[in-house]
Amino acid sequence: MSTSALLTVQGVHVTFPGRQGAPDAHAVDGVDLDIGAGEIVALVGESGCGKTTLARALLGLVEPTAGRVEFEGRPLAYSGRSLKAYRRRVQLVLQDPSGSLNPRHTVYDAVAEGLRIHGYSGDEGAAVAGALARAGLRPPERFFLRYPHELSGGQRQRVVIAGALVLEPELLVADEPVASLDASVRGEILALLLRLRAELGLSALVVTHDLGLAWNIADRVAVMYLGRIVETGAVEQVLTAPRHPYTRSLLSVLPEAPGEPVILSGETPDPSRIPSGCRFHARCPVLASGEADRAGVAQACRSRDPGILGGSGAAQVACHWAHAVAAERAGTG
Amino acid sequence: MSLLDVRGLTVTYAGGAEAVRGVDLRLDAGRKLGIAGESGCGKSTLALALLRLLPAGARVGGEVLLDGEDVLSMKWGRVRAVRWAGASIVFQGAMHSLNPVRRVGDQIAEPVLLHRKATPAGARKKVGELLEHVGLPAARAAAYPHELSGGQRQRVMIAMALACDPRLIIADEPTTALDVMIQAQILRLIEQLVADQDVGLIMISHDLAVLAGTCDRLAVMYAGRVVEEGPAGQVYEAARHPYAQALSAAFPRIGDPASRFAPRGLPGDPPDPSALPTGCTFHPRCPVALDSCATEDQPLRDAGPDHRAACVHLATEPTAATALPDPRRGQAETPPDAEGGQTGSSPDAAGEQAMSLPDAAGGQTKSLPDAAGGQTKSPPDAEGEQTRSLPDAAGEQTKSLPDAAGRLAEAPPDATGRQTKAPPDATGEQTKSPPDAAGGQTKAPPDATGGQTKAPPDATGGQTKAPPDATGGQTKAPPDATGGQTKAPPDAAGGQTGAPTDAAVGGLDPLGETRRSGS
Repeated sequence: MSTSALLTVQGVHVTFPGRQGAPDAHAVDGVDLDIGAGEIVALVGESGCGKTTLARALLGLVEPTAGRVEFEGRPLAYSGRSLKAYRRRVQLVLQDPSGSLNPRHTVYDAVAEGLRIHGYSGDEGAAVAGALARAGLRPPERFFLRYPHELSGGQRQRVVIAGALVLEPELLVADEPVASLDASVRGEILALLLRLRAELGLSALVVTHDLGLAWNIADRVAVMYLGRIVETGAVEQVLTAPRHPYTRSLLSVLPEAPGEPVILSGETPDPSRIPSGCRFHARCPVLASGEADRAGVAQACRSRDPGILGGSGAAQVACHWAHAVAAERAGTG
Repeated sequence: MSLLDVRGLTVTYAGGAEAVRGVDLRLDAGRKLGIAGESGCGKSTLALALLRLLPAGARVGGEVLLDGEDVLSMKWGRVRAVRWAGASIVFQGAMHSLNPVRRVGDQIAEPVLLHRKATPAGARKKVGELLEHVGLPAARAAAYPHELSGGQRQRVMIAMALACDPRLIIADEPTTALDVMIQAQILRLIEQLVADQDVGLIMISHDLAVLAGTCDRLAVMYAGRVVEEGPAGQVYEAARHPYAQALSAAFPRIGDPASRFAPRGLPGDPPDPSALPTGCTFHPRCPVALDSCATEDQPLRDAGPDHRAACVHLATEPTAATALPDPRRGQAETPPDAEGGQTGSSPDAAGEQAMSLPDAAGGQTKSLPDAAGGQTKSPPDAEGEQTRSLPDAAGEQTKSLPDAAGRLAEAPPDATGRQTKAPPDATGEQTKSPPDAAGGQTKAPPDATGGQTKAPPDATGGQTKAPPDATGGQTKAPPDATGGQTKAPPDAAGGQTGAPTDAAVGGLDPLGETRRSGS
């Protein structure tokens, strides 16, 4: 894992104003996150937790209400010119390849579009061919004049990835890159992301709801709930020994998880009405079972915000109960 | 009598696409059957065919016996009565299946009014009960679909399916596009309903892991056929068909070091239903295909108690069943390896090799693929005839006879069962590529350093063997006849092919494709 952060997010808040007097929606409510060079970070959470909004903030597609995004130590400027330069280095891969490719553009046009926008001066054909080949579409010339409808889902997603690669970015932000693909194709696309990291030193932030994907390819995982990262750390640590009750229940409901699934009732609360204290306390199985009370933190869960986790690679958890348990172990051990 | 008995069901669409090509299924009341497969495998068509919901122009053959009554030959009036009351469907994508301009309560009430001849007040009461049954407050009956979340909409769809107390519920991707937590809630709800009301459930999904966790039995479909069927746990954990194995391995087990940094898939795309491959339809993507697979269609064969699979390897090597390895590793993708090399002939892998018994004629059949999805060579029986022996030190070429079945039988004459053919190069390992799908027989030229290439046996059982090279490095590479699969040429050192290694990514192929390589 790299120590020098390529991209740094500090205290980012993204708030969308409520309509007709409704309270503001705090989609991202204070997030710190670093992505090192050559590192693959998985941002995991359910729909509505703010993970896609955070990804959009990283790309400069939405300006944070508070906090800042730094790339190579320099804060992101939100002028058109500097954003254009920034987006040459940080590229987005969207979820649905059928929706993100223009059906009337050939594969060549789809991949070359970025080059044309950025006024690429070199050999366009060679750059497109190189990007397609790197994305696993070989021989690239065979795909130049194809249209998206002639390709399979996996091939389309490779074209989208080639379009992102053609400008030789340093960071790829992939929003659910395999969610719309068949299981057998999924593995191939994930293998491609790993290979690009190995060959080009590409960093990636993979936004997903799929914990198995994080286990497959990520170095580090950040679990997001209601606008905050509630647990972060190395994949091995977070996914095999989760400490936050939310992470635990997410893992427990996977089909092959050992033990009894801990199914949370209800759905992620409305981001315009974030509960006080720990934002998870209303659904927290540890608080409901009285375990938090026994650990002497039940009051803190209801009234005290566990705070914002640092963005570095260290394993951290935003949970009073987990901290109390850890402190007790340290005391007895 | 089974609740549902499907016999020889075929569906051909107007355009000539054979979406379902002979499916037999049985389901008893109170049981849960999962149907898994990728998009285009015919699983949704199958669901629609069960209730004659296919578009006009689709030709349907076979029998669908629902409580002994053939749905396919019923009069239309009877079909309309069976829908909802006899069997109901929960469609995928609740957003698109609900009418956006009608209140959900009215939509649930519609079948109650039509089929039960209920009064409006009685229907309202029933709707309230149904909503509470699926975990929604009765007051939500007044909501429009857009006012509900995805999970709530799916609950409404399930309430609607239950409205007329059907005997059979067909759920087509009921949890796709839902979050894991909501998915777990819905699956638990479905399980409870099946247990409480003694209905039969057919659940269709691309997610083998979800099906395995919910259903009693699993059927895996590929190109319109069931290729494997059996108890859910067995099909998921110890699949016998290579496709079912690949599908199972595509879902990573968190905590399993073998899948860490090693996402697994299957090269190639699902076949086009209007232009299916010949023989076994899976053979172009199969990591362990034999030449005969290109021409011979494979029927379902017994693969254990109550377990069937349609793979030629089940017929050729029943004795190797016990040697069938952990299916998670039996995949095309090479798991990470400390040396990044192939372990096909390393001592540990050799220990896992399936021992095959000589057949009656004294020939040896090929054993099942080993853990790495490569091909295992069986060590010879001390007395048994060998169809092929290794080249001797003088480099003579030994040509073997095909066995009775016309299949390649290879056996190193090493009594320890170890592979003696491993080249003495740095990795000390050897790769054997599977026979080419097209069955062409080509002898590849030796490479620059004298490494050598061996062609697979052709469909008629002929066999070619290249002479051993001076270094003993030996590589078998099938000819590329399909053009679709790129195969790695023998490398310059003559040592190893098929598994280009990458220390950083643990054996991922540079093409990003999974390979027919051993590990």
